[in-house]
Amino acid sequence: MAAEKLMSMSEAINKFVHDGNVLYMAGFTHLIPHSAGHEIIRQKIRNLTLCRPTPDIVFDQMIAAGCGKKVVFSWAGNPGVGPLRAFRRAVEKGYPNSIEIEEYSHFSMICRILAGALHLPFFPLKSLRGVDLPKSNPNIRTIICPYSGQEISVVPSLNPDVSIIHAQRADENGNVQVWGIIGDHREAAFASKKVIVSVEEVVDDYVIRSDPNKTLIPDFIVDALVEDPWAAHPSYAQGYYDRDNEFYIEWDKISMEIDTLEKYLEEWVYGVENRVEYVKKLGAEKLMKLKPKSFYSVTANYGRY
Amino acid sequence: MEYTRTELMTITAARELRDKEVVFVGIGLPNLAANLAKRTSAPNLIMIYEAGVVGANPSRLPLSIGDPCLVSGARSVCSMFEVFGLYLQAGRIDVGFLEGAQIDRYGNINSTVIGNYQTPKVRLPGSGGACEIASLAKRILMITTHEKRKFPERVDFVTSPGFLRGRKERACLKLEGGGPEAVITDLGVMKFDEETGEMILTSVHQGVKVEEIQQNTGWDLKISKDLKTTEEPSEEDLLILRQLDPQRIYLGK
Repeated sequence: MAAEKLMSMSEAINKFVHDGNVLYMAGFTHLIPHSAGHEIIRQKIRNLTLCRPTPDIVFDQMIAAGCGKKVVFSWAGNPGVGPLRAFRRAVEKGYPNSIEIEEYSHFSMICRILAGALHLPFFPLKSLRGVDLPKSNPNIRTIICPYSGQEISVVPSLNPDVSIIHAQRADENGNVQVWGIIGDHREAAFASKKVIVSVEEVVDDYVIRSDPNKTLIPDFIVDALVEDPWAAHPSYAQGYYDRDNEFYIEWDKISMEIDTLEKYLEEWVYGVENRVEYVKKLGAEKLMKLKPKSFYSVTANYGRY
Repeated sequence: MEYTRTELMTITAARELRDKEVVFVGIGLPNLAANLAKRTSAPNLIMIYEAGVVGANPSRLPLSIGDPCLVSGARSVCSMFEVFGLYLQAGRIDVGFLEGAQIDRYGNINSTVIGNYQTPKVRLPGSGGACEIASLAKRILMITTHEKRKFPERVDFVTSPGFLRGRKERACLKLEGGGPEAVITDLGVMKFDEETGEMILTSVHQGVKVEEIQQNTGWDLKISKDLKTTEEPSEEDLLILRQLDPQRIYLGK
């Protein structure tokens, strides 16, 4: 069973991500699956409905490469830097193709994917009252609470065709451990019909079993497992490498013009075969700069029974 | 000691935080203000970041809302659903700190579009967690530079609710949070009328004229009968603030 799941990123994307899919790529600032985004661009997958609370650079690049037809999101910016320029070009000028948007707030976006994971039809929440977003997005509705008689906001569940998740480690069966910011990882995995997980390292089964509280996603939820170190760059993996803030700033300049953006895709996406080549191209100096000093947790005694 | 208006704005915002409060912190000036308060007047302040970090103790200036430095040494890390659900929606956040492209007469915030939603003049990032923070935190502080385009009488799009068209309208919605408490700018401090919920100028920074504030506000801003001059920052405040942002990424030159 193990060997079936363990595959290359190119195999995983080819097998599970198809034209027209609803795709959720998890990770709030942390563990954003950039490597998978690049592979989707290389495989020229089209008409995707791209879902993430924060589209971030990963969707900006996929939109620029023409992979998206719709974006479902709650905060579209380059964090701490400025706008997402390719996203805006597509929304405002229809370049390289026009895209539809479906907009939420963070909590309502998370409620949608949680409802999907719980197999509930919708989820109630206390915000989104008195504001303009429900007028622009008819999927944000209200119902009367059958107990109090009060009106409450609801959002529909989201069950993506595929979700892609990056994590620190998993065993070869795909029991996935995450630490640091866990964001929307678990909800995305449990809500989706197919789940692709990439990890910094595949570890022995005993490593996972020594600390089961760290396992966010168990193996039977996972369809494909990819060992893909540095797959989150320029995002980060807690304890493995830092966020490449310099690149986030640089992306603002790269994405300013269509020419420079296309040159970037040519060189860093189409011009490399996989993440290994991308990492080699980043160079030792950059990699060393992003490596944090160690700071280990104190181990817990689970007891032997 | 000399100081800039941005430094004064940040220090004034920090003074609005009380010891032992639980504050939902954003990146940028709110983060600087919260960290300054924690190191001065509010040592037991609990900082919660929307990425799901509770009781953060950052060793460096976080450049993104989910910076790894927020996690190392924090008290707790939880999922996004938990931070918005168990903490914010459940009423466990005392103060929310927000910025916005536009803030209006009743403290409504726009961070979605300038112009029309379908054909915007400028497309902004959108709500993120701001709508939830403004709806559910017990009180809201806003921090922004004071420019006319940022203070229209009515925002183009209500991303996050202030008092809507007045305290009564917000009360009808039975939102958990108490709504806006103060707007701190580089020119002064505004609070909100107890009856109507309209913004009122309550404090003017040193060297700033009331006319300058009025000229930079998009409506006839009410002025408190008890108008004060903002307390000047102490040397300690300034030194700590500058240590927090040594490259002056958020404080500017």
